[in-house]
Amino acid sequence: MNETYETFDLRVGESHIEVHKFRGGAIVLATVVALFLQTSVPVYFPRFAVLDLPLLVTIYFGLSRRNPSTGLLLGMVIGLLQDSLSGPTVPLGLYGIAKTVVGYLASSIGARLDTEHPVARFALTIVFFAVHQSLITLTRRLLLVQPQVWFNLRLGVAAAVNAIIAVFLFMLLDRLRKN
Amino acid sequence: MVAIPSRHRSLVLLTGVIVLQLLLLAVQVKRDSQGRLIRVWTVGAVAPFERAGARFFGGIRGVWDHYFALQNASRENERLRHENDTLKLQINQLQSKAAEADRLAALLSFHQGHQSVPMLAARVIGASAAAASQTVYLDRGERDGIRRNMAVITPDGVVGKIVESYRDTAQVLLLTDKDSGVGAMLAESRIQSPVGGVGEPLLAMKYVANDDVVNLGEHVVTSGMDRIFPRDLPVGTVVQIKPGNPFKQIRIQPAAKLERLEEVIVLLSLQPLDLRKESGMPAAEGTGKIPPGQVKMEKP
Repeated sequence: MNETYETFDLRVGESHIEVHKFRGGAIVLATVVALFLQTSVPVYFPRFAVLDLPLLVTIYFGLSRRNPSTGLLLGMVIGLLQDSLSGPTVPLGLYGIAKTVVGYLASSIGARLDTEHPVARFALTIVFFAVHQSLITLTRRLLLVQPQVWFNLRLGVAAAVNAIIAVFLFMLLDRLRKN
Repeated sequence: MVAIPSRHRSLVLLTGVIVLQLLLLAVQVKRDSQGRLIRVWTVGAVAPFERAGARFFGGIRGVWDHYFALQNASRENERLRHENDTLKLQINQLQSKAAEADRLAALLSFHQGHQSVPMLAARVIGASAAAASQTVYLDRGERDGIRRNMAVITPDGVVGKIVESYRDTAQVLLLTDKDSGVGAMLAESRIQSPVGGVGEPLLAMKYVANDDVVNLGEHVVTSGMDRIFPRDLPVGTVVQIKPGNPFKQIRIQPAAKLERLEEVIVLLSLQPLDLRKESGMPAAEGTGKIPPGQVKMEKP
């Protein structure tokens, strides 16, 4: 793929860090489509609910933009929108906090590691899924005093499925980058 | 004023944003509010797309069900033949039980006994954006008379209740949600206990003493004690019983297909309904499906 990346003067050690820019409205469009699919598809294909598309979008743009401030703000917005489209079991801020942290971490890691390789993306998605789930469990247990499991087989499968889908979704989203 | 080093700015921003959201959470917990204003905006923005999506994905599923799925028709035919034989046996058993005839009579009279209760058919157009929440969105809202705490059912059984009503959309909390609950009782023994969701496909019946006799396959119906659902609507069937301390651990398979909801019925009444009183019948025993033709309602 003949992509040209804008290279900024961010340096960690000896490596150059490439910060990707996207077409106008790409981030907004990807966010809206992710939220729309997340709320619409499970009505007809219930197993689709295992995916967390808003999380994958947060991770992708965090890893690509590599700016912790924009990463965490994007994560916050996506998380709060997801909260507001969920039921009363999900207070505003639950997914907001989790995705804020994921957005921050993804941006920070994206500025230090090569996150373009599919294997790296697969592994990072599993790690971020686990972080996201841990933060939700922590918030529920400590702040909302609600029972919530830390881990079960279903979550393990969900992490793997999300990671596999992420590899292909991220390739698709790569096309939104400016050439 | 102390200058923040540029490398720490994002960390300060992260801390600030998290603290703000923690405060938002605290306000909701303290005031028991759900941030209605933000939800109204978001749902209002997404609902039109969900309506269009409902038609689109419904079309895709139609193509799948009527074309691709036909490739398995032979296997399906064999399975249906076997199922047909089993059903014939079940019909014979059903015909021999007078008590179950009473049950069917009670359910057949559901509509006649509640002619004064307006019902509204609504289409499911969206689901929760988060897996932690078991909710769906309907294509009807306040303009159609839907209000919070109205009961939502299908001809198969109880679905849930309205938790939020917007102008053209309403949000239904499904029985499977952790926060959901319905006043219920075992159809045969008439033991009463709330049934609630645990965030999984099966429901839980929580307060049945270890001494009480409960049988696998026993039907669970609404008790009417929650003052939301009319009495004797099907809730589900007992599929798992384990001894617990101090109560049995009973799992219920919901009667309504909660994972495959497409159309539902909203009972447009906030008044508690009494099936016996309105139909002039004694308390119905057992449970079963409400024949769809017996439910009169406004067309969606």
